[in-house]
Amino acid sequence: MPSAIVILAAILLVSTTRTVHADAVTPKRAVELERLIRHDCGSCHGMSLKGGLGPDLSSRKFNGTPPPAIAAVILDGIPGTAMPPWRPLLSEAEAHWIAAYLAKGSAP
Amino acid sequence: MTRWLAVLMMIGGACAAFQQPMARATGVADRGHPEIRGTGDLGIVVERASGSLVVFDASRRIPIGRIEGLGDLSHASAVMTPDARYAFVFGRDGGLTKVDLLTSSIVKRIMQAGNSIGGAISDDGTLVAVANYEPGGVRVFDAATLDTVADIPATWSGGRSKVVGLEDAPGRRFVFSLWDAGETWVADFSAGSNPSVTRLYGTGDRPYDALITPDGRYYIAGLFGEDGLTTIDMWGDTLAPRRVLQGYGNGEAKLPVYKMPHLEGWAHAGDRLALPAVGRSEVLWIDSRTFEEVGRSKVHGQPVFAVARPDGRHVWVNFAHPKNDTVQVLDSLSGAVIKEFKPGPAVLHMEFTPRGHEVWISVRDANAVHVYDTRTFEKKAEFTAASPSGIFLTSRAYRTGF
Repeated sequence: MPSAIVILAAILLVSTTRTVHADAVTPKRAVELERLIRHDCGSCHGMSLKGGLGPDLSSRKFNGTPPPAIAAVILDGIPGTAMPPWRPLLSEAEAHWIAAYLAKGSAP
Repeated sequence: MTRWLAVLMMIGGACAAFQQPMARATGVADRGHPEIRGTGDLGIVVERASGSLVVFDASRRIPIGRIEGLGDLSHASAVMTPDARYAFVFGRDGGLTKVDLLTSSIVKRIMQAGNSIGGAISDDGTLVAVANYEPGGVRVFDAATLDTVADIPATWSGGRSKVVGLEDAPGRRFVFSLWDAGETWVADFSAGSNPSVTRLYGTGDRPYDALITPDGRYYIAGLFGEDGLTTIDMWGDTLAPRRVLQGYGNGEAKLPVYKMPHLEGWAHAGDRLALPAVGRSEVLWIDSRTFEEVGRSKVHGQPVFAVARPDGRHVWVNFAHPKNDTVQVLDSLSGAVIKEFKPGPAVLHMEFTPRGHEVWISVRDANAVHVYDTRTFEKKAEFTAASPSGIFLTSRAYRTGF
């Protein structure tokens, strides 16, 4: 029972955070982020995000991975791999916006 | 009177008969390009987002044509035929396209893999090799027909490895490295279309790109997973990887790498090689024979390209996101930054004219290509191109490793 509460709380926390973050990206910034995804994530993942040195980022590859988990990888990278942490360049809100964008398969 | 007329008619007829094969012999006039011209000063700019190329005349500094329909050209590169007329363009999506710079048209296009990173042309100009991520390996094609000559799967204990750093070596050979496996392979086509493949182990942790020196002697692979590079002396009786510049990071944590640096034979500057450090805002200088470090330059950001002007006197450097609006010029003797300027947002590539008097720079987010005088740094010309990235002059045809 306590664990269920923790999980529920975590879900609530995660979903509220996500909503807040998604709202925090202005339409102008969204256009810039789309460009960043295409060209800068695209340096490794390919401009159409079908993969390169880094893996394919098509939505089917995420296989239902929740966007907050994707955002965590964007922000902190994957140590020991070529995936760098983007925290120095992106706010949490922006990382969550990108995660949501990728998860729903809006890739160019 | 009638006799004169007959003679005149005969002359006229002879001229007409003579003109016909003349026009055909040029091969160009027939296709509606009346100008007869050389190709030694032509080049292409890759328009990465639209899958197209701009063909330009480097002497007049103007675009002269556009070629569309080349697929996904993010991270595209090109090599040139020995007659400096045709380019082979390697697309990210596995497309291999042969284009004619004289007529601005596609000669042939094939989809040879699912995901590719670049290619090379053999020293005799007859073979074109492509490095593939998916399926991992190298495929080799006849330069005249694009028919398959050989398929070399990069198979190792972990499956198939992504291939990087594919370079041509003298004697109809190709050298390339395996990102996942940490190996370097040499495919020798000197005996014909069936290569003998030599597999070298111990290149290092995740080679990300490589170069071959202009004399074809040293193959040098950059490593992402460790502090160092690996050299292979191609003149040696037995080929063996040798680690150099080990521990150049002094044990310090690497900066996040948002874009892998690129290595190419243009690193050669006088008696040194200028190499971009990985995860550090530095250009490393090493002696081109001993491979000992002889200095390092602190630069504006993490270098992507460190390109020596063809005479080697200066090295021009551009940088990874988010510092990619800037170019710095280094003095090859002192390593000092002698010039810094900001061509515009997202400087992706720099290509020198063969003798280095001018440099062509693509400024992706300004949708522009700039031409600079390399001594006065004055901008000589500018034209529009859609998200320009790689720039390739036909003079690459005559350089090993290009």
